[in-house]
Amino acid sequence: MGLPVLQIPELDQCVHCGLCLTQCPTYRVTRLETESPRGRIHLVRAAAEGRIAPTERFAEHIYLCLMCRACETACPSGVKYGRIAEAAREVLGAPGSRLSRALVGLAFTRLFPHLGRLRFLFSMLRAYQRSGLRVLARLLPKRLREMEALLPPVPDRFFTPQAEVLPAIGPRRARVAFLSGCVMPLLFGEINEATVRVLRRNGCDVLIPSDQGCCAALNVHNGETVAAKAMARRNIDTFLGAGVDAVIVNAAGCGATMKEYGHLFKGEPYAEKAAAFSALVKDAAEFLADLGLVGQLGRLEMTVTYQDPCHLVHGQKVRAQPRRLLAAIPGLTLVEMDAADRCCGSAGIYNITHPEMSQTLLEEKMAAIARTKAPAVVAPNPGCMLQLRSGAQRSGGVTVYHLMDLLDRAYQLGEARP
Amino acid sequence: MELTTGERGNAGTGERGKAQRGNAGARERARLLRELRRIVGPQHVLVDPADIIVYEQDGSILQAMPDIVVLPVSVQEVGAVVRAARAADVPIVPRGSGTGLAGGAVPAAGGVIVSLARLDRLLEVDPRGRTATVEPGVINLDVTKGVAPRGLFYAPDPSSQAACSVGGNLANNSGGPHTLAYGVTTNHALGVEVVLHDGAPLWLGGPVPDTPGYDLCGVFVGSEGTLGIAVRGIVRLMRARESVRTLLAVFDRMDDATRVVVDITAAGIVPAALEMMDQTTIEAVERGAPAGFPRDAEAVLLVEVEGLREYTGRSLREIEEICRRAAAREVRIAQSDAERAALWKGRKGAFGALGTLAPNYYVMDGVVPRSRLPETMRKVSEIGRTFAVRIANVFHAGDGNLHPNILFDMRIPGELDRVIEAGAAILRACVDAGGSLTGEHGIGLEKRGYMSWVFTEADLDAMARVRRAFDPAGGFNPGKVFPSPPACGEPRRAPAKIPAGLWV
Repeated sequence: MGLPVLQIPELDQCVHCGLCLTQCPTYRVTRLETESPRGRIHLVRAAAEGRIAPTERFAEHIYLCLMCRACETACPSGVKYGRIAEAAREVLGAPGSRLSRALVGLAFTRLFPHLGRLRFLFSMLRAYQRSGLRVLARLLPKRLREMEALLPPVPDRFFTPQAEVLPAIGPRRARVAFLSGCVMPLLFGEINEATVRVLRRNGCDVLIPSDQGCCAALNVHNGETVAAKAMARRNIDTFLGAGVDAVIVNAAGCGATMKEYGHLFKGEPYAEKAAAFSALVKDAAEFLADLGLVGQLGRLEMTVTYQDPCHLVHGQKVRAQPRRLLAAIPGLTLVEMDAADRCCGSAGIYNITHPEMSQTLLEEKMAAIARTKAPAVVAPNPGCMLQLRSGAQRSGGVTVYHLMDLLDRAYQLGEARP
Repeated sequence: MELTTGERGNAGTGERGKAQRGNAGARERARLLRELRRIVGPQHVLVDPADIIVYEQDGSILQAMPDIVVLPVSVQEVGAVVRAARAADVPIVPRGSGTGLAGGAVPAAGGVIVSLARLDRLLEVDPRGRTATVEPGVINLDVTKGVAPRGLFYAPDPSSQAACSVGGNLANNSGGPHTLAYGVTTNHALGVEVVLHDGAPLWLGGPVPDTPGYDLCGVFVGSEGTLGIAVRGIVRLMRARESVRTLLAVFDRMDDATRVVVDITAAGIVPAALEMMDQTTIEAVERGAPAGFPRDAEAVLLVEVEGLREYTGRSLREIEEICRRAAAREVRIAQSDAERAALWKGRKGAFGALGTLAPNYYVMDGVVPRSRLPETMRKVSEIGRTFAVRIANVFHAGDGNLHPNILFDMRIPGELDRVIEAGAAILRACVDAGGSLTGEHGIGLEKRGYMSWVFTEADLDAMARVRRAFDPAGGFNPGKVFPSPPACGEPRRAPAKIPAGLWV
């Protein structure tokens, strides 16, 4: 007895040539074909045909995948691996123990769809981090203690836009909407502010609709589609109604998910509207590079290396644009690292669900960064930034920036100089 | 990472073999598993169906389930694994990256798959002697990447070079686009250390080109895993050329393109690579990962010349002229490394890209004398019409090594049978034109039935005797290369997938 729901057309496109193997981070580490894209596709196909049961072991293989989609870049047939894996995860349900499943499920359905609750939780977290209570964390069991240590410090200020529309600085060139995100405004409020400033300096009216929500990327990647669709619909309705030229995102994972809303609603009447929305979604780097930077950029004497966020380079095929923007900053030197487009191990909640694999990949990444001798790394995605910062904390050295950070600084320097 | 260590696995295919062998078999299997776990550690012995089912396939359309998959990490471990498997009298199937196209890594008679994926180090590079010592699981392209900073490269470059292993290349005597000028794997393998049936490692050949006595390294290369397991290799490296230029010639008629191939070589030019892609292949590439090939052309030739700048410049001009004389619609010379890389990425991804046209493809690997190319290509398209199958051609035209890919959908009943008949007809045509069954993919499972077209009983017997000299019990990769079915049991096949006809 098979699982016909897994018989998705993407499976038939894979001719198991194996070219994806060496691009897959988990295959590189384990050297096991079950931990390769071709292997996982074969597993899903076998389960669809009823040749194997979707056992716990099967689920472990599916969930060890980072969903970095490097295989999609490597695949000569253009197999959409992500869709295959998402379909399998939808059948399997969330990973882990019953408790962690319940917690993850709760987060997906009760937390992320309600940004107010998330904000409240993070302000509690901030209070906890500022208080002396943190010493008590030492009493936690090892696993929980490690997770506690992964928590980034919550900054003093959250991103709270002054108005729903912030006007262009200089001649108006476009009217865009901005997705402020779920975690971004809480942990990286300054990057959101920087992004908005850079957009405005480039002649964009920036709308920040207050009734927008989380993009549901984590839900989709983990096979949770019920809440995901409700969240997507809210964003689609909000942003499509705003009448803008583009919807700008500065988090790669969110951008990739929103560009695929059309697929999320496949076969439903809502699909057309979703696809229309997806067509508007642009990563901030993609949009700015295509628009062309204007205004005075000051000199930023620094050497950086660039980490391609997976969901930007593999998920959205945005590779050249961020590099073009870096090259536009006077004084800045970009030194490429080995395998800049290989996952750093962050991968959404992966560093929490699979700490060992995540750490192995992070160590490789930090070593690649160190070889460039650049004192800074640019990674335009919050997940990558958190992961690289935790790596930098341990190995010392590099500073982690978002691309919008650096552009904003360069503009400020340019402004200071008459 | 945590791996299952076994007990959950007996619901799988191990069961079937076990039932046949009865209780004694079960005890034997348990003992073998215990032994293997002791040798490589429990986490490197796989038996759960969810762990081993992915090893039932390679890059071909054939499938057969292994009983056990083992991943040793050293020469000693490989030796001990071989001893244990031989003591239990189960087949041993070596496997690299599983990118082979003829079923060579498919465990036709079940048994133990020995994955060499963890033996993946580039052990030593001798830049002055221009050799590298490698482990079998090292990825082909990683050898070149590892030596490139010293201005060297490893010449054999199969299209799967980004993923295939050097061990697999040695087993199949693999070629690639650039073997036209530089020769195939055997021309670049100086020595190979092999674990034989008794588990003892032995060096065949050595670090210098001329080892006295029989050329046993030459015997081993291309033996498709039937003689032993390569655990180390010493390969020749080449100096990177001063200038590499690539030209794309576009033709409205396939016939003109094949004639150009003959003309270029007749003019005494030896390009580093001379590749052809037909319209169907171009369509696939442009759908999958566009590389800028013209979709309306009947055929394109990709020609690369390497050497001193003066030489490449002159050869390119001559080649361009030959192409134009033969009515090439367009001749485009790549102006940058990026442009070159894009053309090659399209060519090397062509096989995989066929997935954009059909769920399955059956690739042929026939060889014909270069001068017979035009008529053979006509014959191939005639066969396509006769059997009503769609064929995509992408191949090493320079050495007459054809790769007609028959596109099909395995789920349509009867289609695979027709495809296999068409494939046989193509290979027959190659043999009739004075050619051969395989240029570089090997015989594997797929073409063993056709061996008698090119070899007499006496030829095959001589080869069988060589094999027995290395592996008296025939435990290594049974069921491959030789026409006779494996002695140790019926090949298992995925019933939904492979019709009986394939197991000729």
